[in-house]
Amino acid sequence: MTGTVIKLDGAEKSFGAVRALAGVDFSVRPGECVGLVGHNGAGKSTLMNILAGTLQRSAGELSVGGRNIEGTWTASRAQGDGVRCVFQELSLCPNLSVAENVRITHGAIRGMGWKSRAGALIAAKLDEIFPGHGIRPDDEISDLPIGKRQMAEIARAFTVTTEPLRLVILDEPTSSLDAVTAQQLLAFVRQETGRGTSIILISHLLGEILAASDRIVVMKDGKVVAEKPAREFTRDSLVAAMGSEVRHSKTATAKTGKSEAGMAVRVTTAGAIALEARKGEVIGLAGLAGHGQTRMLLQIYGRKNAEVKGAVAFVAGDRQSDGVFNIWSIGHNMSVRSVAALRRLGLIDVKAEQNLQGEWRKRMAIRTDDVNNNILTLSGGNQQKALFARALASDATIILMDDPMRGVDIGTKQEVYDMIRSEAAAGRTFIWYTTEFDELDHCDRTYVFRNQGIVAALDRSELSEERVLQASFAEAVA
Amino acid sequence: MKNLAAALSGKPWIWSFVAAALVWLATITYTGGQGGGAILSAALSFATFTIIVGLGQMLVITTGPGNVDLSIPATITLSGVVAMKVMDTETSRLLIGVVAALAASFVVGCFNFGLIRLLRIPPIIATLSSSFLVLSTAISYGRGLRIKPPPPLAEFATMRMLGIPVVALFVLLLTIAIAVLLSRTLYGRSVSAVGQNMRAAWLAGFNVDRTRFSTYVLSALLAGVCGIVLSGFSGGAALNMGEEFLLASIAVVVIGGTSVAGGRASVPGIWGAAIFMYLLVTMLNTFGASAVIRLVLTGLIIIVVIVIAGGEKEQR
Repeated sequence: MTGTVIKLDGAEKSFGAVRALAGVDFSVRPGECVGLVGHNGAGKSTLMNILAGTLQRSAGELSVGGRNIEGTWTASRAQGDGVRCVFQELSLCPNLSVAENVRITHGAIRGMGWKSRAGALIAAKLDEIFPGHGIRPDDEISDLPIGKRQMAEIARAFTVTTEPLRLVILDEPTSSLDAVTAQQLLAFVRQETGRGTSIILISHLLGEILAASDRIVVMKDGKVVAEKPAREFTRDSLVAAMGSEVRHSKTATAKTGKSEAGMAVRVTTAGAIALEARKGEVIGLAGLAGHGQTRMLLQIYGRKNAEVKGAVAFVAGDRQSDGVFNIWSIGHNMSVRSVAALRRLGLIDVKAEQNLQGEWRKRMAIRTDDVNNNILTLSGGNQQKALFARALASDATIILMDDPMRGVDIGTKQEVYDMIRSEAAAGRTFIWYTTEFDELDHCDRTYVFRNQGIVAALDRSELSEERVLQASFAEAVA
Repeated sequence: MKNLAAALSGKPWIWSFVAAALVWLATITYTGGQGGGAILSAALSFATFTIIVGLGQMLVITTGPGNVDLSIPATITLSGVVAMKVMDTETSRLLIGVVAALAASFVVGCFNFGLIRLLRIPPIIATLSSSFLVLSTAISYGRGLRIKPPPPLAEFATMRMLGIPVVALFVLLLTIAIAVLLSRTLYGRSVSAVGQNMRAAWLAGFNVDRTRFSTYVLSALLAGVCGIVLSGFSGGAALNMGEEFLLASIAVVVIGGTSVAGGRASVPGIWGAAIFMYLLVTMLNTFGASAVIRLVLTGLIIIVVIVIAGGEKEQR
């Protein structure tokens, strides 16, 4: 025992009537990687915000490096004491370059040539964590796809100038990363903890948690419900501890007799292979992040050089920039895609709109006591559920999904998978870009993208992780 | 106390009415209680013109940061000039004059949107430059002649019922129509959605271009309505008749509690703010302040109100 980097005793936090944390004891030792798992709204993000100083605890003791913290624990004190945080909602300034964003957290970089020094600092760290990342320090953040933004933010958290680096909190760090970069990050996490830095890893991908963590903490309803060394957990026991039933998605049955059904979407402009989706099919888009999958979805949505038969709805993965309307209520965010159909004599039928909101709050089990609350009162995963409700409640027969499961817990994922399957059986078409390989199992056919084009089309029977990876990297091999 | 604060933070327009009431009380305290009713009645009839254009400006500002219509004053003038010239003091030509003036305003709205969308000029520059063109058109078309409005128009614009200007009632109906438009129609939803996040609005199924087009056209049409009624009120069109509405149209939107960042409109606030602005000037006149002092104080008080009302909105 070498003491603790950070320690919370009996931490509590309430937001109005909602009790986000109900007495949590939590500690991290030097050089340890702690995995933190739990459902959406279990209190993980709240706990991390308290450690990072961006939220104040309602009750409980906090000690950092063995010293009891009196008074307010602020974000700048946390920074000074070597506590860094990469939040789920990315926090880089979009109008600044990567290097300029680095300067924001490093006051010591000043004077002539600060930009090139900040650039050198971040470039070295990016090279270390994500070899072959393809990010230049003078790239403006808003020009980078979300995966690269996340890489830049993660690398920034590990850069050191004058302030120490003791603990890095990674909240869903791999949610926008493709399989290869996620592996690079996990390898770096092992390496960094070997150098004595502590890491808290939050992820809904249990494989990552099991592989990277020394110790795993399971949270549920604002409390810690299990805490053991990682090797004593299995995937199933972890899921059981979180309180969901274990289900194996492989049991999904292939649908039959729909091949004669009509064409819903056809795009022939993405390389030699045409993308085709029939009514009732679930189509997967795979490959490394940023290789044209989102662009394909937008092309279909905008009906540019694409044959599209039927109304289209879009489920955003990048909630902040593509999805959520921040000043609206949860209900309005859910019904926005449907209000056009809920008009009588040109006016929106308020009663019908409320019914729709209430029904979908129940169907998606969105954690709120009132759909009239602002959308930002929801945790990230629950916001995502509202975005699913927006598309599924609409009259769209074609649903485009842009890696929509970021930050969604495993229980909800299962429910959404079931819903996708039953909606597809009812004739809806889904085109689904995902960075998680497991999700391709739910697709009738998968198109693999490389360099903005389709390089492989795999039926479900042909699908394997190797085939997808092979296609994603074929050029490097050839 | 907390409940009160919560209730107020959801209704930022309350502040404009509070400010208007305070200014009115200060004025009648100074006069020893005399003329309170007359001041209010006058405020209602003068404020209505600001309210008409304020509603249009509010729609434009609600469609998001950077959106503003600076061509309102020029459009008021053009509409007034066209209306008076086409009507040519004849009652029988009243309707065709109204149609012609609104058609001219419609063209201005289309032109503004064309500059913004097709030539990708920022709205502040686009509407400012188009206002020069519009004003020049009004000048060359009107040639500085002052033509009187047909009697029914003048009557409508100046008539009172029980001390309340008829125009104020007409503008009240207009206000209610805009409020319904914002809260109950697809257009209203899309204005709010586009104002928060244009890309998300597109992905949620709204037609962003159509929304912005309708908004700039509506703003121009409302300026046109203002131009017609104002010409009736003041006995004809004048080339500087729109001048004072440049600052006023924006100030009433902001003081009224509409979010400058876009997405959230505050319809009742336009009334409170417009009445407040008129009462403020009345109060300073009553106090016998010189023109210089009046302008300085008007500026300062607007800043104070925006700070108070704006500070309440930033929390979330």
